[in-house]
Amino acid sequence: MKTDIILSGVGGQGILSIAAVIGEAALKEGLYMKQAEVHGMSQRGGDVQSNLRLSDQPIASDLIPLGQADLIVSLEPMEALRYLPYLKKDGWLVTNSRPFINIPNYPEVEKVDEELEILPHKVVLDVETIAKEVGSVRAANIVMLGAAAPFIGIEYDKIADGIRRIFGRKGEEIVEMNLKALQAGYEVAQGMQK
Amino acid sequence: MEKHLFLGDEAVAQAAIDAGLSGVYAYPGTPSTEITEFIQGSAAAKERGIHCRWSTNEKTAMEAALGMSYAGKRALCCMKHVGLNVAADCFMNAAMSGINGGMIIVTADDPSMHSSQNEQDNRMYGNFAMIPMFEPSNQQEAYDMVYDGFELSEKLGYPILLRITTRMAHSRAGVVRREPRKENEMHTPEDGRQRFILLPALARKRFKTLIAAQDAFTASSEASPYNAYFDGSDKELGIITTGIAFNYLSENYPDGFEHPVLKISQYPLPRKMVEKIVGECKEILVLEEGYPVVEEQLKGFLGLGIRVHGRLDGTLQRDGELTPDAVGKALGKPIASYYATPEVVEQRPPALCQGCGHRDMYEALNEVLVEYKDAKVFGDIGCYTLGALPPFRAIDTCIDMGASITMAKGAADAGVYPAVSVIGDSTFTHSGMTGLLDCVNENTNITIVISDNETTAMTGGQDSAGTGRLESICAGIGVDPAHIRVMVPLKKNYDEMKAIIREEIEYKGVSVLIPRRECIQTLTRKKKASKK
Repeated sequence: MKTDIILSGVGGQGILSIAAVIGEAALKEGLYMKQAEVHGMSQRGGDVQSNLRLSDQPIASDLIPLGQADLIVSLEPMEALRYLPYLKKDGWLVTNSRPFINIPNYPEVEKVDEELEILPHKVVLDVETIAKEVGSVRAANIVMLGAAAPFIGIEYDKIADGIRRIFGRKGEEIVEMNLKALQAGYEVAQGMQK
Repeated sequence: MEKHLFLGDEAVAQAAIDAGLSGVYAYPGTPSTEITEFIQGSAAAKERGIHCRWSTNEKTAMEAALGMSYAGKRALCCMKHVGLNVAADCFMNAAMSGINGGMIIVTADDPSMHSSQNEQDNRMYGNFAMIPMFEPSNQQEAYDMVYDGFELSEKLGYPILLRITTRMAHSRAGVVRREPRKENEMHTPEDGRQRFILLPALARKRFKTLIAAQDAFTASSEASPYNAYFDGSDKELGIITTGIAFNYLSENYPDGFEHPVLKISQYPLPRKMVEKIVGECKEILVLEEGYPVVEEQLKGFLGLGIRVHGRLDGTLQRDGELTPDAVGKALGKPIASYYATPEVVEQRPPALCQGCGHRDMYEALNEVLVEYKDAKVFGDIGCYTLGALPPFRAIDTCIDMGASITMAKGAADAGVYPAVSVIGDSTFTHSGMTGLLDCVNENTNITIVISDNETTAMTGGQDSAGTGRLESICAGIGVDPAHIRVMVPLKKNYDEMKAIIREEIEYKGVSVLIPRRECIQTLTRKKKASKK
């Protein structure tokens, strides 16, 4: 088993929480894992990404080589496109459809959508809307994790266990809300894969 | 064995705690900050009373660490690469005195400048000070090096420099911990005065001792578990890697190396191992993260003898961090990328947060400075450096910690008016106070803005050394209290702020303006915490 994932978004959207849950699940599974994060200056509303590598064999590089990512998971559609050179030919892109516009020269949204449209393997969903339906917009990143779950190479139930452990100390209510968010994202992705 | 998912920084911190650390001394700086934060959050550290409060700057940190080592206890000192410039005076001379309790200095370098103003390679400092150095290739090695490094430091009698880079500091991987060890008892050195008083007559002896110790350092590298030789059948080329470059090489050879490979993670260079690979192979490729430090050592000034390839001859790019792809390219491996980044994708630079006080400070300052066409604004290091970007475009310089005040002073000496400094509260206490004294002593015509958000914000909101005392610090240094002006940077106060800024620019002497409003990030966190 070997999955190379690029997580991307805008500073503050919560890509590191997604990484934390996957990491927790991977470690429990006894998998090797490396996860390179971006801290510091770029977190102030700039583009952020994290390279997450999972394998049942030891992993050499912390960074994913070009053209070798199995999966791009992005909380922002333009940020999803930024990392396309890293995507495998048959790799999947799972992204939020809702743009985060904090720069004056953000491209026309239709143009971003067109670029997403031509990709062969993608799941595009509005995670904020889904998160609101299940309880709180704050769980948008977990909806995204749910949508990405079929591609990670770790069973869904193990990822759900990861959520229980990561959010456990915040109380049962928070855990339940995040599990609902995970399930909602998962179901949408299942529907869109066909 | 249970594995812990640690950032490289956290592996360093946990190893130090487990190795019997008594104190960490540091000033925040990306990518080193999480080391000290981890110790601050550690229950074991709290229980043992390990010193972990932030220092005012890297120099005070390193001196305090050396003091703890002098008293026989194990000390850790952490900084980002440019912080070692600030601490260099102590660093170079700690190599002369040597240590008592084990001392490890961590430099977290930032090649590609993800969050820095340069990408200096502090292995140069290690060579300069002539002390042993570690450069881990993974998080487990980082842990083991620190865990064993204190003992090695004590055995050799010198501080050890641990050099990590962004991709090591900020990448997570599973780490196995080792048995926690007791802290050292306090014991001051018996030969302390011979070693720690660097009067010229004594220092000359100490330098000879340091030179003589080089053989022991090299022997330690030769025997190091972190330096390894891998044989390969194709001896047309031999490859030397340092630190994490080994991982990028391995990524390109999933089925094993075809060329001999020397992996280096401890310095000084293991001479015999280097001689072996150079003797066996026709040409040498050096893969190192940062400057061509090893490459230059192998090559010598004229590049005579064996052919060495690396960053100097263009086999690898001269600047920026290594990647698996850059290494693959140097090895002539095909790189397949299937999708290009579409043209519609725009840059998304970081920006000051909405609601940040620096924004209001810059708005008001900019509105006043349109009246003064010759005004120059000397900036400094922190969130407010983002005032260089649109929509503000408010600063003219940003060089190093504290330079806003002293560069403005020099420019004012040369006749620039208005000469305005913009510096944050934490940067002011780090390296601005001494420059302010220079200004006061000469009554320089300067307007200094200390944009006070009561925290060290850029690195994530650590304590700021002068919080609550900036006015008294400035007055104590000798600024006329009538020209220390505090304001609240909010839109509703713009008229008042602008009037004060104008008055103090017109005043011919040292003025300090202190727009003060808590960082929006720390405020939000506090509000969240109080809700619970």
